[in-house]
Amino acid sequence: MRNPQLNGDGKLQHLLTIEGLPREILVHILDTAASFIGVTEREVKKVPLLRGKSVFNLFFEPSTRTRTTFEIAAKRLSADVINLNITVSSSTKGETLLDTVDNLCAMHADMFVVRHSSSGAAHLIASHVAPHVHVINAGDGRHAHPTQGLLDIYTIRHYKKDFTGLSVAIVGDVLHSRVARSLIHGLTTLGAPDVRVIGPRTLLPTGVEQLGVSVHHDMREGLAGCDVVVMLRLQNERMKGPLLPSAQEFFKSYGLTPQKLVLAKPDAIVMHPGPMNRGVEIDSSVADGPHSVILPQVTFGIAVRMAVMSILAGN
Amino acid sequence: MSKVHIKNGRVIDPKNRVDAKQDVFIAEGKIAALGKAPAGFRAERTLAADALVVCPGLIDLSARLREPGFEYKATLASEMQAAVAGGVTSLACPPDTDPPLDEPGLVEMLKYRAKSLNLAHVYPLGALTWKLGGERLTEMAVLRDAGCIAFSHADTPLSDTQMLWRALQYAATFGIAVWLRPQDGFLARGGVAHDGEVATRLGLPGIPAFAETIALATILQLVRATRTRVHLCRLSTAEGVAMLRAAKKEGLPVSCDASAHHAHLSEIDLGYFDSHCNVIPPFRSLRDRDALRAGLADGTIDALCSDHAPVDEDAKQLPFAESEPGVTGLELLLPLALKWAEEMRVALPEALAMVTSKPAAILGVPAGDIAAGRDADVCVFDPSAQVKITADSLKSQGKNTPFIGYELPGRVRYTLVGGQVVYEA
Repeated sequence: MRNPQLNGDGKLQHLLTIEGLPREILVHILDTAASFIGVTEREVKKVPLLRGKSVFNLFFEPSTRTRTTFEIAAKRLSADVINLNITVSSSTKGETLLDTVDNLCAMHADMFVVRHSSSGAAHLIASHVAPHVHVINAGDGRHAHPTQGLLDIYTIRHYKKDFTGLSVAIVGDVLHSRVARSLIHGLTTLGAPDVRVIGPRTLLPTGVEQLGVSVHHDMREGLAGCDVVVMLRLQNERMKGPLLPSAQEFFKSYGLTPQKLVLAKPDAIVMHPGPMNRGVEIDSSVADGPHSVILPQVTFGIAVRMAVMSILAGN
Repeated sequence: MSKVHIKNGRVIDPKNRVDAKQDVFIAEGKIAALGKAPAGFRAERTLAADALVVCPGLIDLSARLREPGFEYKATLASEMQAAVAGGVTSLACPPDTDPPLDEPGLVEMLKYRAKSLNLAHVYPLGALTWKLGGERLTEMAVLRDAGCIAFSHADTPLSDTQMLWRALQYAATFGIAVWLRPQDGFLARGGVAHDGEVATRLGLPGIPAFAETIALATILQLVRATRTRVHLCRLSTAEGVAMLRAAKKEGLPVSCDASAHHAHLSEIDLGYFDSHCNVIPPFRSLRDRDALRAGLADGTIDALCSDHAPVDEDAKQLPFAESEPGVTGLELLLPLALKWAEEMRVALPEALAMVTSKPAAILGVPAGDIAAGRDADVCVFDPSAQVKITADSLKSQGKNTPFIGYELPGRVRYTLVGGQVVYEA
């Protein structure tokens, strides 16, 4: 089965998931992102790489951060950006996903940035659009959030330089997390030897170790000696129910506090894809403390998204 | 009624242990004779069957015809054409129509409409509970008289075990068989794929294998208590097959089937979210699939069925979890049974038994064999043909099958129902 995100020449046609992407493509994206960091720090923050192109931000699920950073990234590349929040538009009128896409293609879209609550939505759109149209998955269900995964590995590379000796702990609701899946694939592709997932058994998917990670239920044991701690967001609706009894108990067992963080390496960095639940998965003193690189993640995210868009437009 | 002579074919009648090159003579809608023509027989039509297999018409234990209620997916006319194109001459249809088959009028209407098409025989399964709601028994005795061959809850969970117990007791009172697909509704809630490696990778909500085995354990315990004749539909797990093997050894009055697509595919076939692989129950691990194949070969699983569920393309062109489950299967039942037999080195007569005599025994209908005096429901097919499956080649209104593009063995050449040639190719 051909990887649906690569074109006939093995180049990136769509960015749907990190899984299955060759190492060279990942490194190329990270290197390209590094070259854009300069642009984002200039007074005139624009390059003309996407001039005349129309980028449609197609968000079937609410998002502030991801949609905004994609919009900024596209604008800094001089693209025309159209934002569509479909949760309040067509789908309530009964239009199907592909009808919506067809209509936007008729408006000469060049690139879609798609977020959807169903796993596989971006794959479906990518299999449907004309060959010159590119699709970027901005999060599909529990499946993948590749630009988040890329900005996470960009951040790790920025602070740790090299992946080959690294221990990375991913903590919390892995079951529902597309961020965790994308990060795991990125780290294993780049050769990180020690990727751990930490969480209660109810929040770890069946057979997660087959993704190439070790599994821990005791956070102290899982954090011991690690270089990077990635905290995952716990959705409000999952805090009480069959998976967890309460946010308080979750924080007690799996919240990142200064007392737990000391078990990691002294120079460990703390990451979070946002938006954070302070006092649920992370203590404020850690979120705002010296180990936290949560805000640089956001900044890097713009450069990474510029890199992905410019590479796709060039292929 | 015309007289038909099927000449020089390899006649395979698993029930009567016939496997020989001989002629079949049909008159007055019945099998008149095998081998030698009856005195004075003058064929109005002779079908040359050299190098072809002549077997009983196939019997499919699960085919949704989508009427009443879902005519935009398929119609009785289109699906009955598909049936005979697949060599299927009798089929049982589940009660999950809209409204469900819970009233005699609906059942009589369906029987009448099917009969007027004069294609395959249709055996409706009545709804076990009113509107498949799980709260009130249906009038099983009345529905049986109207034509229901057995009663089922289709794919709707019947989570109330008190209700299930009473339904089985009540059915047993009238000697009625109950068909159940074992799946715990609570454990399966929200799931769309086998809870395993592939679902984890694709981020799809899972249905654990024990959703089947827990339901199966409950059902088997109730069978032990009530002695109701129960047919278990669409086994999907290795443990489920093992439980059935033990239950049969114990002598419980149970039978079971598997779908033809489950005998071939596994979770791996989901690929990149192929919604044609969104099926009920989900495609499970390779180990489970292999256990189904072995269970079919050793007789634990009694029959293969198509579990035919035509779905319109719009309902499949959606993200995996939102797409409608089901595959079109009537026309693939024979090819997939042949493919299974080839791969498992099962002899042709045993393979054909899985889709003819054995399902006939489960239905309890006088069909599935070609003894003299039987209604002449016959399938004549070319076993050596390899056929590429395309959307255009399917008569069913549903083109939803993961086997599009596959080359499968077997091409139906003639289908006869009641001695009439209703399909030829």
